[in-house]
Amino acid sequence: MTPLLHLSGLTKAYPGVIANDDVGFEIQPGEVHALLGENGAGKSTLVKMIYGLVRPDSGEMRLHGEPFAPTEPREARAAGVAMVFQHFSLFEALTVAENISLGMENPPENAALSDQIRQVSANYGLTLDPDRRIGDMSAGERQRVEIVRCLLQNPKLLVMDEPTSVLTPQEVDVLFETLRKLRDEGTSILYISHKLEEIRTICDNATILRLGKVVGTCVPSEETPKTMAEMMVGTELKTPSKRPYTPGPSLLDVHDMWLQSADPFGTSLRDISFSLHAGEVLGIAGVAGNGQDELLLALSGEERVTNDAIKLKGENVGNLGPNHRRLQGLLAAPEERLGHAAAPDMSLTENALLTGFTRQRLTNRGFVKWQATRNFARAIIEKFDVRTPGTENAAKSLSGGNLQKFVIGREIMQRPDVLIVNQPTWGVDASAAAFIREALLELAEQGAGVIVISQDLDELMEISDTFAVLSEGRLSRVRSASGVTIEEIGLLMGGTEVDNAAA
Amino acid sequence: MLRLEQRPEPSRAMQIATPIIAVIATMIAGGVMFALLGSNPFTAIRIIFWDPIFNDVVASYTRPQLLIKAAPLILMAIGLSFGFRANVWNIGAEGQFIMGAVVGGGTALALYPYESFIVFPIIIVMGAVGGFLWAMIPALLKIKFNANEILVSLMLVYVAANFLSAMVTGPMKSPVGMGFPESRNFNEYQSAFNSELLSNTGLHFGVLAMMAAVVVGYIALTRHLFGFQIRVAGQSARASRFAGVNPNLTIALCLGISGALAGLAGLFEVTGPASKLSTNFPLGYGFTAIIVAFLGRLNPIGILFAGLLMSLTYIGGELAQFQLQIPAAAIQAFQGMLLFFLLGVDILINFRVRLKTKGVA
Repeated sequence: MTPLLHLSGLTKAYPGVIANDDVGFEIQPGEVHALLGENGAGKSTLVKMIYGLVRPDSGEMRLHGEPFAPTEPREARAAGVAMVFQHFSLFEALTVAENISLGMENPPENAALSDQIRQVSANYGLTLDPDRRIGDMSAGERQRVEIVRCLLQNPKLLVMDEPTSVLTPQEVDVLFETLRKLRDEGTSILYISHKLEEIRTICDNATILRLGKVVGTCVPSEETPKTMAEMMVGTELKTPSKRPYTPGPSLLDVHDMWLQSADPFGTSLRDISFSLHAGEVLGIAGVAGNGQDELLLALSGEERVTNDAIKLKGENVGNLGPNHRRLQGLLAAPEERLGHAAAPDMSLTENALLTGFTRQRLTNRGFVKWQATRNFARAIIEKFDVRTPGTENAAKSLSGGNLQKFVIGREIMQRPDVLIVNQPTWGVDASAAAFIREALLELAEQGAGVIVISQDLDELMEISDTFAVLSEGRLSRVRSASGVTIEEIGLLMGGTEVDNAAA
Repeated sequence: MLRLEQRPEPSRAMQIATPIIAVIATMIAGGVMFALLGSNPFTAIRIIFWDPIFNDVVASYTRPQLLIKAAPLILMAIGLSFGFRANVWNIGAEGQFIMGAVVGGGTALALYPYESFIVFPIIIVMGAVGGFLWAMIPALLKIKFNANEILVSLMLVYVAANFLSAMVTGPMKSPVGMGFPESRNFNEYQSAFNSELLSNTGLHFGVLAMMAAVVVGYIALTRHLFGFQIRVAGQSARASRFAGVNPNLTIALCLGISGALAGLAGLFEVTGPASKLSTNFPLGYGFTAIIVAFLGRLNPIGILFAGLLMSLTYIGGELAQFQLQIPAAAIQAFQGMLLFFLLGVDILINFRVRLKTKGVA
């Protein structure tokens, strides 16, 4: 049988890095093929070549046995290749049908298009109302819009880049139903992910990339997540060992905290209440866009709330700014590394100063002690194994994992009483992620309280002592993490039973 | 084909080299333009860049002029550079310059003929206050209503110019000026006159203020938390808020500082080189200062050199107009080229040029 897509010898080099080095594999018709690898392994570059966004330096692609060299996405689409990106390209102020129409070469009349959308969404079990506005939709629903947009082109090959990173477990199930249906109809799917359980569930074959090279292929259903992870990383992985948790005195008390989001499409916080104790790792789960950013801003002090809504070691800090809270021991690391936790074009020394100047006393009457700051940056780099030529390199020159180690390290090195981190291992390679989790656990072990806001349930299950779910700006009751099942969390994340399921 | 390729880190060598490349490119393109206008390009370039400093015949006049013209440009550019680094775009330094001159100069006219050493300090402060308050209008509108400071500050330039006209045809009109729309001449009022401190050098109090601004500006930018916070605010608003920087305070400080320095520049100009308030007083220094700020990479030391260079092209340009009959518009185009090339070659800091290798299909 002729493979649907045949790749051989694909090479693409960028300055200083070979993103893809002699990559080759085949995708058969009606196959769900996984592309597996850590961040920076070259998955994105590879699919961009298939989708015509990047041209390979050398190598060959064949579609249905014919040479295939798309120079732009339009050509790839015409040949039957469709792609759902990790980051959606949708206009929030427009409706579903309007968004889909904008992406088409020759859009049909609105009414006809709406009918087509309804028909496709009914066929594949993707409930979608063409007249709804994107701004009102959840991430899972937005993804459906992107998928339906692709399906309207009758693709032979559907490329999906990290499709489940924004979905609740239930939404993942719905997505997988759709993918199976597509496969049974003969559509091939190239599925990119680093979530190994999912790949075992849905994929027929897997190609594993490491540092731009194909390092192996496997049949995921015959492997364990651990063996696949080790193929991805190339070494054995150790999972952090969890220590027994005995709650210490209460460090942070949040009571009846409300925050109107400054972003018109953001989520306002409503009546948030919880306590955090010494030695506790509190995991806060939830689908993206349910108030995670706002919660971090309210706790870090970037947004003020009523003064008595937040008590830090008994003191009201709700209307204090970030630096006052830092002085009192409350530190934070936001989700967005470049542009929020760190200034991209500034050196690591300057980024060490960014949050460290109050607590580390890096200024004297407003004058910066640059030597002390450099030493602080160097200490972070050494202690947290940040791979960089030196303290004077720009933050943006670091890989995601290294910068994240720097950001988390910068806060931990300031010996916080309470540390709040949002998505600490998002987009970070497996070994850096393990390192960061270990560091957070160690901090808690030394008596600090740690809040981990994350959309990665596996991560939360691994490190949390206690557990709560953020949904539509409300926080569920905090419960012990032991004995929670993924299904229960999934229901909580979907926003149902926030009040009674936690009991 | 040529292709641009992003550098992993901004090139430090290029940060220093690009202004030089820009000046050379301006000389070449300007030379072509002068040649097309029928002048000898080499003579024109020599007259613009060389004669004002080294030609024995004209230098005794032009050398002091160099400092006199450069001082207001540099003083204003330093103030603007703080805002530009923080993404606060004060385009209206010209208006603040005028208001500094009107308020400071007006104070002097009100005090006339009272002679005392205290007069000059008072009018200096009033000049700074005039510029500061004028800049507070866009600052407050931005903070309260998120009004675009570029538009507001720019529009206020025209308001200021008309206010100046109203003043010099009305309350500030010289009683001995035979009806001309201008104020009393400040060199008739010893206590308020910004005289040359050393004869034939161009050195006046405004030049001293400029030098102080360069030093203080440099220290604030590189050694002080304030400069750091401004740089963070300019790079990423979210990171700066995370670092505890108050965005509204940053807007007010940046506009306030640049307004006060522009007001000072206006005051020193009106009581010295211009010597009177008149409808001809605004010369566009406030706009040229924007060019100077960028030419100097928003760095006080760089701005010092950029201001001197810009001043040189003004004086040299006038010489070229006079000696070669090159039209004034051509000189302005020449100065425009300088900014154009500077911004154009800036791309080399973050990108390098590569010959395109043929893509494999």
